[in-house]
Order: sequence, then C-alpha cells, then structure tokens
Amino acid sequence: MEKRLFIKGNEALAWGAIKASCRYYFGYPITPQNDIPEYLSKQLAKVEGCFIQAESEVASINMLLGASAAGARAMTSSSSPGISLMQEGISYLAGSELPAVIVNITRSGPGLGGISASQGDYFQATRGGGHGDYRTLVLAPHSVQEMHDLTLLAFDLADKYRNPVVILGDAVLGQMQETMIDRAYRPLELPPKDWTLTGAAGRKPRLIKSLYLKEGEMERHNWKLFEKYQRMKKEEARYETSQEEDAQLVVVAFGTAARVSKTAIRLARNEGLKVGLFRPITLFPFPEQGLLHLSQRVKRFLSIEMNTGQMVEDVKLSVARDADVHFYGHPPGSPPVPEELLEAIKKVYIGADP
Amino acid sequence: MKQVFKRPQSLKDIPFHFCPGCHHGTIHRLVAEAIDHFDLRERTIGVAGVGCSVFVYEYFDIDVAEAPHGRAPAVATGLKRVLRDRIIFTYQGDGDLASIGMSEIVHTANRGENITVIFVNNTVYGMTGGQMAPTTLLGQQTTTSPYGRDFLQDGYPIRMAEMLATLEGTSFSARVALNTPANLMKAKKAVRRAFEMQAHDLGFSFVEFLSACPTNWGLNPVQANERVEKELIPYFPLGIFKERKGTDYL
Repeated sequence: MEKRLFIKGNEALAWGAIKASCRYYFGYPITPQNDIPEYLSKQLAKVEGCFIQAESEVASINMLLGASAAGARAMTSSSSPGISLMQEGISYLAGSELPAVIVNITRSGPGLGGISASQGDYFQATRGGGHGDYRTLVLAPHSVQEMHDLTLLAFDLADKYRNPVVILGDAVLGQMQETMIDRAYRPLELPPKDWTLTGAAGRKPRLIKSLYLKEGEMERHNWKLFEKYQRMKKEEARYETSQEEDAQLVVVAFGTAARVSKTAIRLARNEGLKVGLFRPITLFPFPEQGLLHLSQRVKRFLSIEMNTGQMVEDVKLSVARDADVHFYGHPPGSPPVPEELLEAIKKVYIGADP
Repeated sequence: MKQVFKRPQSLKDIPFHFCPGCHHGTIHRLVAEAIDHFDLRERTIGVAGVGCSVFVYEYFDIDVAEAPHGRAPAVATGLKRVLRDRIIFTYQGDGDLASIGMSEIVHTANRGENITVIFVNNTVYGMTGGQMAPTTLLGQQTTTSPYGRDFLQDGYPIRMAEMLATLEGTSFSARVALNTPANLMKAKKAVRRAFEMQAHDLGFSFVEFLSACPTNWGLNPVQANERVEKELIPYFPLGIFKERKGTDYL
C-alpha cells in the first residue's frame, strides 16, 4: 500500500537510494547536504550496506568508481565546492562508461560562496563539468516527491546508459519538509551487467579504463560516447508544462525557481495575464524538442533562474527563430519571492525587458 | 623432465615494453608469482596507477581497473568493500602514491582496508620524462631539479614504508630491492607475505620496491643497479617495518 510520509527533501532522496538497492555510499561532510550521509550512515548499516566517510570528495568519487566497477549500485552526494573536486573522477566515470549517481545539493558561489539556494552550477552540471567531451544525465527535482522519485530513476538511467547521473537540487529542496507518497519502486528493464570486474574466473580478463593511445581508438571512443548522448536526447528528455494552452508568455524555470514561478504565474493569471510554465525536469538532455514545439505557437519566453543567466542559453538554442527569449535572474543570497517574479512577468508580457 | 621455471599464469605471454634495465618487469613477475602461489588469479583484481604503472593491464592476465592519478587506493577501497572475498591490489609509482595520491594512501592504510599496495619507488617521474619525484634524493638531478634536489627549495625525500608503518591501520609494511639475487629473494618473500595477509583478512599490506630507472637516471642497467646499492638503500633502508602476526587488532 502507498504510504504518505512527511519528510525532508534530503532524506526523501536518501530513502529513494535505499529503495533503489543502492548499498554503497561514499561522501564527505558539507552543508547543505549533510542529512543525506547522516541518514545513510544509519540506514545502510541496517540493510548490510556500506557507508564510508571518505577523507575528501576526491576520494569519495573514486571509491564510487571502484564500487561501480565491481557492479554495485553506489552513490555520493556533496555541495558545489565538493562537486568541483569530484569533476576529475566524474570525467573518468564517463570515459570508463561506469554508472554512478552523484547528488549536488548546491551551495552558492563562486568560491566558498554561501549555503543559500542557488542555480549557479547549471553550466557545470549540463556541460560535463570536468575535462573531455562528455555529458552526464542531469535530473532537476522541484519538490520533495521528486527528490525521491528522480533518485529511483537516476539509478535506472545510470545502469541503462552506463553513465554518471547528476541530481541537481539546492538548499531549499534539500532542507524543506513536505508530504510525499512513498510509491513502490518499479525498475526499468535494464541490460545485464556483463562488464563488471569480479575476478577473471572461467572467462577472459575484463578491463575498466579510459586511456586510449592506439591510433584511432580515442576518436572511435568519443564517437561511441556521442552516440550514447544522442540516444539520451531522443529517449530521456523530460519536462512539465502547465497553463501553456492559451499562454501569450511562457516562463521557463527548473527546480526551486520553478516552484516560486508557479505561484507567480497564479498571481499573474489572477490579474488576467495568460502566462504558462515550461519546467525542464532533465537539464541534460535539455527538453529542446518540447520547447521547440511550444514555440511554434507561443512567441514570448521568460527564463527565470537563480543565477545571472545560464539555462537561458539552452532556451535560446531550442526555440523557433522568431520567438523572443527574455531572462530574469535572481542571484543567490535569498530565494526569489513570487511578487518579485510577478513584476518581471508583467514587464515581459507587454514586451519590455524585465 | 621436471619443469623448474615458467611464465607465471597471471602474466600474459607478451613481451614487456619497459626500457632495458627497468625493474617494472621483474616486479610484475614477482606479483604474478605470488598470485599464482596462492592460486588467486581468478579472484584477483588489479588497480593501475598513472605513469609507467598504468600498463599493468597489458601484462597481467586478470581483471584490472584503471584509476585516476593517485586515486588507486580509493578505487581499490570501493572494489574491496563490494567484493570482500576477492583479492585487490594497487600498483603505483612514487609520483602517483607519494605525491598526488598521498591523502588516499594514508587514509586507506589508516582504515586498514584489506588490500595490498605495490609501490614502485624509482626516485623519478618515469613516463613523463624524468621530473623530480617526492622520493628524489637530495642532490639528485632531474629535468625539474637541474641543479640537484635542494631541501631548502624542495623538501626531503619521503620514506613511505616507515611512515605508513606508524599507522594503526597498517598490518604489513616492507621495503625491498631487486639489485642483487639475495635482495630479490627477500622481495619475493615480502610480496608473497603481503598477498597472504590479505587472503587471510589481516588488513592493509604495503610493499615498497626500490626500482631502477636507467633511462631517466642517465645510467646503463649495471650502473643503475649500483646506484640502488650505493645511493638509494642508505637513505631508504630495506626491511620489514611492521608485520602483524594475527588478528590481535581486530
């Protein structure tokens, strides 16, 4: 039977990991994601799992690499500066084609920044983040329910594509408590893990690596990865739309910015403005086809982000050429309030800049 | 006729690419012999460091994971925690283990991870062309210490085997050399002991090899072996610095 839980976002995510059969967690303390390791250090012990508080984020991501190479479902979590330290390892995971789930409950930045909610890591998450020509799948929850549900999905997608998956949350999503339905986990149909390192008993030795020195090898490997990313674009783009049918203006926003935008859109509707919402749930692949389709009819878009302009580049690349794309940014410090976004919506609605 | 010498099962039947006089090939062989001796080939997984060490996957006939530079002990930790009944070893050079990977090796030893670490100390970055390593001796000229290593500028060469022996989590720590047949026999014993300890769940085992790198030392193989004796061993003494006898610490 489906249970209703009143639970914190970070704990909903951690509970999702356990439900998805993740039994290995490696991490290093950093605010505002500490509820995840604290919860898992307690709960993994009860299911014969393994929790290691690593000496650094650099060690965490490489322990994750080892556990993944051994065939286990494993994860790490951190916040922005810690995720920066992991980028080398994430690049190796992508290059070695290893599944992994990496949670970024972001801080603000640059540098040590602050612990308030921010969307300043959009570029880092969606452009690979580390060195080399690679992508990670990026899931952007906007509620406690999605912190949970997208974690279940993240483990499946990681295995499906043998690729790292990033869950991009923030302090608001991690720290707030909400009601959540504790649905049963129904895994996707997944390919067999016939590549794991288990000891070469009765078979040829296997190799997990990302070094390609022989003539032509590196190029072939890059094209192989490219084809994988193309398949992700075709099969995995996810988004939510609301009130877009009669909209004159569509707000594009993800995560916490999308939540506040929903309230702002309701206020705008109360004043008779025809405003809708397009909320990307996957940031890579960016739901470009959905947005292109919508822009055949709607010609005015407003990208609302808790940064100074990152996702807006993907919005501009996605929409039809004759559509106008505007941007409203609320850099971190305090989260935006609906009234503030309403003002921006009103200005763009009549064709002015926000 | 009784066969008294053959290629270890754990090594592939292909020639090594290492430079003439390099000790990597011999170290590979000793590790493979130890794996064979305890019949562990089918349940052993190697983790390759970055540098000349990375090519262990070309030569060992076992599963291998390649780790980012310095991170082999962390990768080995992940593998071992999932596969507790498998034998996991890392194979790392001095730049990999004692410089960029210092944090990982120390904390992995300190956690008492039940893995074996093979550390190849040739006092120089081999693959990148002979730069100064954390183990480069004082006065030793390299491509990045052209006037010789000066402790005022570069600090002192690090003695890893002694340092790791101070950690409670370390069960076995030894330094060996290959410059004479007698030293080679001791090295063979140390490697065997390190794998034996892991197989008996006795915890973290570490074997440091003083290894010759004639190419980057600017010496011929015979001179390189002489340098091991005259310059390396006086600063990096051979011996077993720690050996737990049983599970007394558990």
